[in-house]
Amino acid sequence: MSTAIYSIPFLLSGLAVTLTMALLVVVLSLLLGGTLGMAVTYGPRPLRWTVRLFSDVVRGIPILVLIFFVFYGLPATGINLPNFAAATVALVVYKTAQTVEYVRGAVQSIHDGQTEAAKSIGLTFEQRMAYVILPQAIRRFLPPWINGVADAVKGTALVSLLGVTDLMHAVQQVVGRTYDPMPLYVLGAAIYFTINYGLSSLSRHVEGRYAYIRD
Amino acid sequence: MDYHYNFGLVWRHFDKLSYGMLLSLELALLCFGVGIIIGLLLALLHVSGGRLTRTLVAAYVETIRNVPLILLVYLVFYGLPTIINVHYNAVASFVLTLSLYAGAYLVETFRAGLAAVSRGVIEAGMAIGLTPLQRLVYVRLPTMFRIILPSLSNTFISLFKDTSIASVIAVPELTYGANWIGTNTFRTIEVYTIITPMYLATGYAIVLLLRQLERTFAVRRT
Amino acid sequence: MPTSETEASNVMTLRPKGGPAPVVRIRELKKSYGSLEVLKGVNLDVNKGEVVTIIGPSGSGKTTLLRCVNLLERYDAGSVQVDGIEIGYFESEAGLRKPRSERQVSKLRAETAMVFQAFYLFPHLTAIENVMLGLRRVRGLSKQRAREDAEHWLVKVGLSDKLKSLPAELSGGQQQRVGIARAVAMGPKVLLLDEITSALDPELVGEVLDVVRSLAEEGMTMLMVTHEMTFAREASDRIVFMDEGKIGAEGNPDEVLVSTQNERLRSFLRRAGGGRA
Repeated sequence: MSTAIYSIPFLLSGLAVTLTMALLVVVLSLLLGGTLGMAVTYGPRPLRWTVRLFSDVVRGIPILVLIFFVFYGLPATGINLPNFAAATVALVVYKTAQTVEYVRGAVQSIHDGQTEAAKSIGLTFEQRMAYVILPQAIRRFLPPWINGVADAVKGTALVSLLGVTDLMHAVQQVVGRTYDPMPLYVLGAAIYFTINYGLSSLSRHVEGRYAYIRD
Repeated sequence: MDYHYNFGLVWRHFDKLSYGMLLSLELALLCFGVGIIIGLLLALLHVSGGRLTRTLVAAYVETIRNVPLILLVYLVFYGLPTIINVHYNAVASFVLTLSLYAGAYLVETFRAGLAAVSRGVIEAGMAIGLTPLQRLVYVRLPTMFRIILPSLSNTFISLFKDTSIASVIAVPELTYGANWIGTNTFRTIEVYTIITPMYLATGYAIVLLLRQLERTFAVRRT
Repeated sequence: MPTSETEASNVMTLRPKGGPAPVVRIRELKKSYGSLEVLKGVNLDVNKGEVVTIIGPSGSGKTTLLRCVNLLERYDAGSVQVDGIEIGYFESEAGLRKPRSERQVSKLRAETAMVFQAFYLFPHLTAIENVMLGLRRVRGLSKQRAREDAEHWLVKVGLSDKLKSLPAELSGGQQQRVGIARAVAMGPKVLLLDEITSALDPELVGEVLDVVRSLAEEGMTMLMVTHEMTFAREASDRIVFMDEGKIGAEGNPDEVLVSTQNERLRSFLRRAGGGRA
């Protein structure tokens, strides 16, 4: 048990890597996924199909397979990235596909009548988006997306298999030295739990705040 | 930079993939089944129980859902045998882990499904004199299952994909088979290119199958 | 923007009020959905200050006709002119008829504001914000000015105490009155009303019809689709009966509702009853 306590600083450095990666993944996937999500709802047909295809394929395979695929596949295309970067790219790809679906779901769930009412007072497409559709869509987008952020944090645990020194990797290393797995696993679980539980509480809070939007 | 593709080496070891795929499906089905039992029991407990029961169920659900699956897998396989006197192989350990994992997610599905059964239908059951237990068995549960069918199919597909985590403790499912071929033939890209459509096709087949089931059984909320 | 033809109209318009040119001028309007032809050549004028009501069985095309006037539906052939401007098409330099882009159409739509059966209020905005949105973003009014105008119209429809309420906090009748205020505040050339009371509980219908009646008395030009026969009779200047994509009968309320000889119209009126259909 005491070994577990002594290892905490080491675990925390792994946690820093985990959180950094999670943050990068969330921000990048939000930007990419948001853009592609709008493209898949309003773009020209060929673009819609391409993005749809991308999203369906990426979400249809296990995240572990995607990570390995990207990790081993990138060098073959001539791009050589350090482990951390390659793992981040893989997770960004995964999260982007999910974000596309969140955006698509949120925007499409806005009743057509809203678009019609907005049209009938003369608003242009951009104005409709800015003042009517997106304000409503954001409230539907946020709860599943925040949950998705928790998934991103959990997903980072897999990059330990690629040699990235995140929290999971740190836990495994200490276990490897002390041969006393349980306290470490429990400690690691507690850390992950704290972060993710906080995030899902936030998601529930957001959902509650905007519940007045009934339709 | 040139990379010379060689799929032949992969095909030679395809049995690892086909066997792995079957194992993945078996694992998914088994864990799904056990998960349903766990989830249903806990949902019923949560709904009918007191404060303590509800908190305990919630604690179980929240713990499993907020911790990475890979950590849970390690914990059960490497960790548990050191504190309690169990011996199991990798497959058994993974089945235990994934079943508990599935159960945690399914509790919420069942709880929401049960709540979605319309009051009118339950009252109709009361009106013909059914006891609470009879109402549960003959009215509420069957209705609930029809309502949650889409959600169940999504969960099953997720579970099928999660079986790939078993590869980290050397369970010879599809991803492990792919990694084995990759390590031994150095044809990692080729083998991943092959298992990608395998996962996709299986997922799609499951969707079609379940869509057919939905068409037969599912009910819209009233 | 050039107007298209200037041929003399030979459509009979009974008792036209206002100036010579009708506010809405529809000629040979045709619209199909795939192989289904919904509008088969409709001719209709709405003059300034007139209240024209369209009645007819479901599937006759009356809602489609209305939605063509504010281009929520694009029409395939024929002409729809609002205040002299062809709304759906323009003439290219080569003299060809080309459909207007969505951007051009957007601005034109403010002149033909519509009130919907299902209200479609913006749920994330309060009543006054719902009305202000078009005033600020389409009419370009300042926030202060928009607020004043919006308040004026909401008071007019009887909702002075509900300015800051969200749609979820309002009854159906109140929501519909906000919908009317939102449309009227835009200062449209013609107000389009699409079965605005069909989704309301019976006791809430009256308050909405009162608002419509007072707008009509003040000279608002209106084109209305409704099932409310009694209201149609007392508020309309003209009633148009649509049947299978064409106008079957047209005239003042007495002519159409009481003394018509048109067989199809008579059987429709029998089925529709004297009040709500």
